[in-house]
Amino acid sequence: MNFDYSDEQKMLKEEARRFLAAKCDASVVRGVLDDAARGYDETLWRAVAEQGWLGAAIPEGYGGLGLGHVELCALAEELGRACAPIPFASTVYFVAEALMLFGSEAQKQKWLPRIAAGECIGAFATSEGKGPVTARSIRTTASGGTLSGEKIPVTDGDVADLIVVLAKDGLYLVEKGAGVSAETLKTLDPTRSAARLIFDAAPAERLGDEDGIAAMQAVFDRAAVLLAFEQLGGADRCLDMAKAYALDRYAFGRQIAGYQAIKHKLADIYVKNEIARSNAYYGAWALNTAAAELPLAAATARVAASDAFWFASKENIQTHGGIGFTWEADPHLYYRRSRQLSLVAGAPATWRERLVSQLETRNAA
Amino acid sequence: MDFNDTPEEAAYRAAARAWLETNVAEHKAIAHADDMAAAKSWQARKAAAGYAQITWPKEWGGGGGTPIQSVIFGQEEAKFPVQYGYFTIGLGMCVPTVMAFADDATKRRFVGPALRGEEIWSQLFSEPAGGSDVAAIRTRAVRDGSDWVVNGQKVWTSGAHYSDFGIVLVRTNIDLPKHKGLTMFWLDLRAPGIEIRPIHQMSGGSNFNEIYFTDVRIPDAQRLGAVDDGWKVALVTLMNERLAVGGGGGAGPKDILALARELDAADGPLIRDPAFRQRLADWYVQAEGLRNTRMRTITALSRGQTPGPESSIGKIIAANQLQDLGNAAVEAEDQYGIINDPALLPLKGLFQSAVMNGPGLRIAGGTDEILKNIIAERVLGLPGEIRVDKDAAFKDLPVGR
Repeated sequence: MNFDYSDEQKMLKEEARRFLAAKCDASVVRGVLDDAARGYDETLWRAVAEQGWLGAAIPEGYGGLGLGHVELCALAEELGRACAPIPFASTVYFVAEALMLFGSEAQKQKWLPRIAAGECIGAFATSEGKGPVTARSIRTTASGGTLSGEKIPVTDGDVADLIVVLAKDGLYLVEKGAGVSAETLKTLDPTRSAARLIFDAAPAERLGDEDGIAAMQAVFDRAAVLLAFEQLGGADRCLDMAKAYALDRYAFGRQIAGYQAIKHKLADIYVKNEIARSNAYYGAWALNTAAAELPLAAATARVAASDAFWFASKENIQTHGGIGFTWEADPHLYYRRSRQLSLVAGAPATWRERLVSQLETRNAA
Repeated sequence: MDFNDTPEEAAYRAAARAWLETNVAEHKAIAHADDMAAAKSWQARKAAAGYAQITWPKEWGGGGGTPIQSVIFGQEEAKFPVQYGYFTIGLGMCVPTVMAFADDATKRRFVGPALRGEEIWSQLFSEPAGGSDVAAIRTRAVRDGSDWVVNGQKVWTSGAHYSDFGIVLVRTNIDLPKHKGLTMFWLDLRAPGIEIRPIHQMSGGSNFNEIYFTDVRIPDAQRLGAVDDGWKVALVTLMNERLAVGGGGGAGPKDILALARELDAADGPLIRDPAFRQRLADWYVQAEGLRNTRMRTITALSRGQTPGPESSIGKIIAANQLQDLGNAAVEAEDQYGIINDPALLPLKGLFQSAVMNGPGLRIAGGTDEILKNIIAERVLGLPGEIRVDKDAAFKDLPVGR
C-alpha cells in the first residue's frame, strides 16, 4: 500500500509546476479572457505538446509517452493550479480516453498519434440543453454513416478538429468539416472556449458498440478523476492566494491573517482540499489500475473536488475583500474556472446521485 | 499510488488473519469475569504474539514492524469482536512519553506490564482552568526534600477510574511565564491523597474523571524531563496523541444507508428520497476522504517522515459528521426519533447515541476551534493568536471562572 505520488511522479509534477510558472502566468490566462476571438493560447498549447504531456497516458505504440494515468493526474493538478487556457481536458481526458476505451485499432492508429503530437484538438459533445444528459434528453441520431443534431454547450467545440458525439445509440467520431457548423458561446469562463455545434448529415464513424449513455458514463468516469486533479490544483492555488493576501493586508493595525475569522476560513479551505486530495488519489489508483471501484471512486473524487474548488474559489474572493471583486485581481479567474470544471462532465448533484447508486449496488447483498 | 497490498503485505495480512481466527476463537471460549478481564487477557495474548504494539522495537516487547503492518493488523482485528479501548491512551501517549524521558530501570519496570495489559495508564493534563489553554495549569508541586508535594485538581481524565498509573503535568514555578514553570511526573494513581471522581456526562455515560490532589507526595525520581521543562515533555505526549487517536467509530454512512433502506418515508423508502441521497453522498465523500487521509499519514510515516499537524483535520470532520449524520437519522425517524431506548431503536440506538456523544467529540482532544487554529498556524503559517499572558509571570495572570 502506498497513498502518495512516487518520487519520480513528484519530480514530474515539480517540473510541470516550474514549466507552467514560466509559460502560463496570469497574463497568459488573461490573454484569452480579454480577447473574445481567441479560444485558447496557441503558444502554450504548442509548448505543452512539445513536453509530450498530451500523450502522457497514451501508449508508446500510438505516439505517446506511455507513462500511465497517475502521471497524467500529476500534470492535471499543475494545469489546474496554473488555470491553463488550453483545450487539454477536452482533448486528453475525454477524447483520447474515449479512443483508448472504445476505439478500433484503425481509429486509435489514426487519431492517438495526432493527439499526442498536438496536431488534433478534441471535443466531447453530449449536452443538448438544460439539465443532466439522459437517454431521454438525446435527440441526435446517426444513420447511414452520417449524424444529425445539435449539441450545446460543447467545450472547445469551436476549436476542435475531432468531435466525439453522443447520439441516441452510441458514440460517434465526427471530423470538423462538411456538415458541422460551430457558433462560439459566451460562458462563465471565457478562458475556456465553448460552442453550439450543429451537425447536418455530417460524416460520422461509430466509436465502439456500447449503448450511448453507458459509453458516455464510462468516459465521464475516467475524465472525472482527471478533472478532480485540475480542481484540486485550482483549489490549492486559491488557498495560496488567499493566504498570501491575508498576510500582506493590514486592517485595524495588524495582518488580517491574524484574525480568527480569516484563520478559520483558511483552515476550512485546507480541510476541504485535503479531503479532495485523498479522494482524488484513490480515484487515480482506480483509474490507473482499471479497478472495479472506478465508478464509485470517480464519483467520490469528483464530488469532493467540485466542492473544494467552489469553496476555495469563493472564499478566496471573500478574503480579498473589495479588490477581489475587480476584473484586475486574479481570484475571479479561478472562480470562473471552478464553474467550468464542476459542470463540464455533469454537475455535482448528478455525481452525488451516481455515487449513491454505486453504493446501493455495492451493498446490494 | 497503490491501494493494494504488496506481496509482502498480503502475506502479513494472511498471517494476521489466520492468527486472529485461531486466537479470537480461543479467547471467546474463555469465561472472563467482566469486559476488563477479557480486555486484559486479549491484550496479553496479542503481546505474546508481537501484535500488541507492532511498531515498537522487539527489545521492548513490540513487534519490530512497520506502520503499514500496524494498519493491516488493525484492519483485520476490526473484523472481530475484540474492540477494547482501555489501553489506547496509555500505550499511545503515556508510555511513549515514559520511554522517551525515564531512566532504564523505570522503563524496564513499566513498559512490559503496560504492553501486556497488566497495568493501565492515564494522562493527567487538563484542569478546570486549563482546557484549550493547557499551559494554564494551576495544580502546584512544591519541593520537599526528595519529594514534591502536589495540591490541585485535574479534570477530563479518561479512564482514570480503572487506571493504575498516570503522567501528570504540574506547576513547579509561579514566577516564570506559564509555559516555563511546568514539570512532568509519572505517578501511582493509588497514592495517598488522590481522589478520583467520575464525571456524569450529558450523554449519560461516565468515561471521564475529576482527580483531586491533597498533599500527594511524588518522589523526584518520578520526574520525566527537567524541572520546569514539562511543556516540552507534554508536546512529545501530544504529538503521539495524533497517531493514537484513531477512527472514532460510531454511526457512519453505511449505517444510515441501512436505515434508509428499511425506513418508510412519505413516498416510499427513505433511500429513494433525492434530498436524502444528496446528503448521503456528502457523508460518504467525507468518510472516504478521511479514511484515505489517514492512509496518507501512514504512508508518510512508513517513508520515515513525521506526520505533521495535518492529521488535525481528522477529528474536525469525524466529530461534526457524527453529530450531523446522527441527527439526520433521528429526524428521518420523525416523531419516533425522540425515543432513546436501545430496545426500541434501529442499530440499538446508534444514531441517538451519535447525537448525544457528538458534542463531546467536538471538544475532547482539542476543540474544533483550537484545531482550526493549529491548522492555520502550524500548517498554513498564519500568525499566532495574540497572547497577553505570554511573557508575564504565572502568578500575575488574571483569573476568571
